[in-house]
Amino acid sequence: MTAVPLKPRSESRAKPSRVRLQKGEASSAIAVHALLIVFAIVAILPILVVVMNSFKTTMGIFGAPFAVPGADTFNLDGYKNVFTRGNFAANYLNSIIVTVATIVATIVLATAAAWALVEYKVRISPLLTGFFILGIMLPIRLGTVPIIKMMVATHLIDTLLALVLVYTAMQLPLAIALMMTYFRSVPGELKEAARMDGASEFQVLGIALPLVRPGLAAVASITMLPVWNDLWFPLILAPSKANQTVTLGVQQFVGQFQSDYPALLAALTLGALPLIVLFTVFSRQFIQGLSAGYGK
Amino acid sequence: MIRTGTRYRLLALFVLPALLVYVGFSVYPLLSSVALSFFDTADGGSVFTGFGNYVYLFTDPYVSERFWNALRNSVLFFGIHLVVELPIGLLMAALLTSNSIRRSRGVYRTLLFIPATLSVVIVGFLWRLIINPLWGLISFPLLGDPSTALPTISLMSVWQYIGIPMIFLFTALIAIPDDILEASRIDGARAWSTFWQIKFPLILPQFGLISILTYIWTFNGFDIVYALNGSAPGPNYSTDILGTMFYRTFFGSSGQVADTDLGATIASVVFFIILVTTAAYFVVLQRRLKTYEL
Repeated sequence: MTAVPLKPRSESRAKPSRVRLQKGEASSAIAVHALLIVFAIVAILPILVVVMNSFKTTMGIFGAPFAVPGADTFNLDGYKNVFTRGNFAANYLNSIIVTVATIVATIVLATAAAWALVEYKVRISPLLTGFFILGIMLPIRLGTVPIIKMMVATHLIDTLLALVLVYTAMQLPLAIALMMTYFRSVPGELKEAARMDGASEFQVLGIALPLVRPGLAAVASITMLPVWNDLWFPLILAPSKANQTVTLGVQQFVGQFQSDYPALLAALTLGALPLIVLFTVFSRQFIQGLSAGYGK
Repeated sequence: MIRTGTRYRLLALFVLPALLVYVGFSVYPLLSSVALSFFDTADGGSVFTGFGNYVYLFTDPYVSERFWNALRNSVLFFGIHLVVELPIGLLMAALLTSNSIRRSRGVYRTLLFIPATLSVVIVGFLWRLIINPLWGLISFPLLGDPSTALPTISLMSVWQYIGIPMIFLFTALIAIPDDILEASRIDGARAWSTFWQIKFPLILPQFGLISILTYIWTFNGFDIVYALNGSAPGPNYSTDILGTMFYRTFFGSSGQVADTDLGATIASVVFFIILVTTAAYFVVLQRRLKTYEL
């Protein structure tokens, strides 16, 4: 029997090369697709139902919750109410500030630390690395009581900066673990050649950085989700109306307008969509980051 | 090669900023929280009381009843994730690695992960609406009955986070070298037995790791319960987990005065439970699992 030439591999190494076509292949493909489609429907349908109903009248929402908005049920009052009575623009701005600042701080600190832990090996390096990695498992919320005391003492309580500091501390261990795996793959000759030419260590790092760009993207995308979606720290460290993030804003809005269903659904939709869109665009980097970070 | 002394200086220069933030806002607060649990600060002072707060937590009839109830509920919350989220996540991961759907793999992976991008606040309200008897899908008030409320909330959380073990195990599965699978294929092994006899034992360390991470995350759970039921989660505390009890104790609620020391004590007990379980897991199990690794 002659072997069929190997197909060029795409992204994964998992699939065994097709030495011969198996009889049950077509039927097994159908079964796999069917199962995955069912799972995908369970994952997506509830979100679609909410988004769809946010464009309806209260009557439409309760009369036929699973029907698409028609001429008599379509309306945008929910969105109008959210924008007039809620505080959405400010909430969005706060979330963007906190998330972007945390991503920048995490990337800068984690890149420097990971670079040094990989590059400047001394006796305490493994210990220091272990100390950082341990943080992936540290439940930072359980330190809330002292965190509040510190923030009150430094007058940082109820500021966005307090959130950024805590989130950066929370995300650093995973980001460092991730960046170390990327820095390890930078070829040694490149760095040595730069040093021979008299480059400073900052310049050597600058030469290595373009090679670890996928790592930077991965850190950014895995930092984004937990920070944007957190409820605990905004509730505790920055609860005032001026400093509310979107997650806390939606929570408060829902508490206040429990019976205004169109507004409620509009608030949920507005809270959910930005991240769904961002994730869909960056899903490759995100998944890479998630698996590389925890995989070590 | 850079001289040792210079390497120390460079290491300090590059690592120190990250170390300061990490220690200052994560390690120190956790340790300080444990220290705080040995003091009584109720009257504005700070009196060392040894294990006084712990004795109070475990012997006061009302407080200890709340604590054991919250611990039981946290165990159930984790248990449901363990028996529902991880097996289904594993199934999804296995399906995604299937050769026959290779071209649509990325699409499925993205779709299945989307719920994990939502905030729990959104997940909670979304599901509360959908299972609302007014909408007619389900006529039983699942969240209103003490026996079904916590399982229902746990399943909402499973629905949201299932993408995480899925991606994690998917990555582990595709990292298995081809030649191992090739050999079993030539031996005529069927997909089912290949999976259980070859692939699963190989990814057992990763399966163990995601189980322990799930344990840590669920024992720190708070958001979904708070989003749905507030800080005194009913009905009749049937959905009160350790995270909500900690929050309620520290900040107080309509029926309870705030108690900082007791809050720190509960946090320390939770920290201790997580620490001991995780350490025991790594010493006893993960080491044994590693021996299978290639």
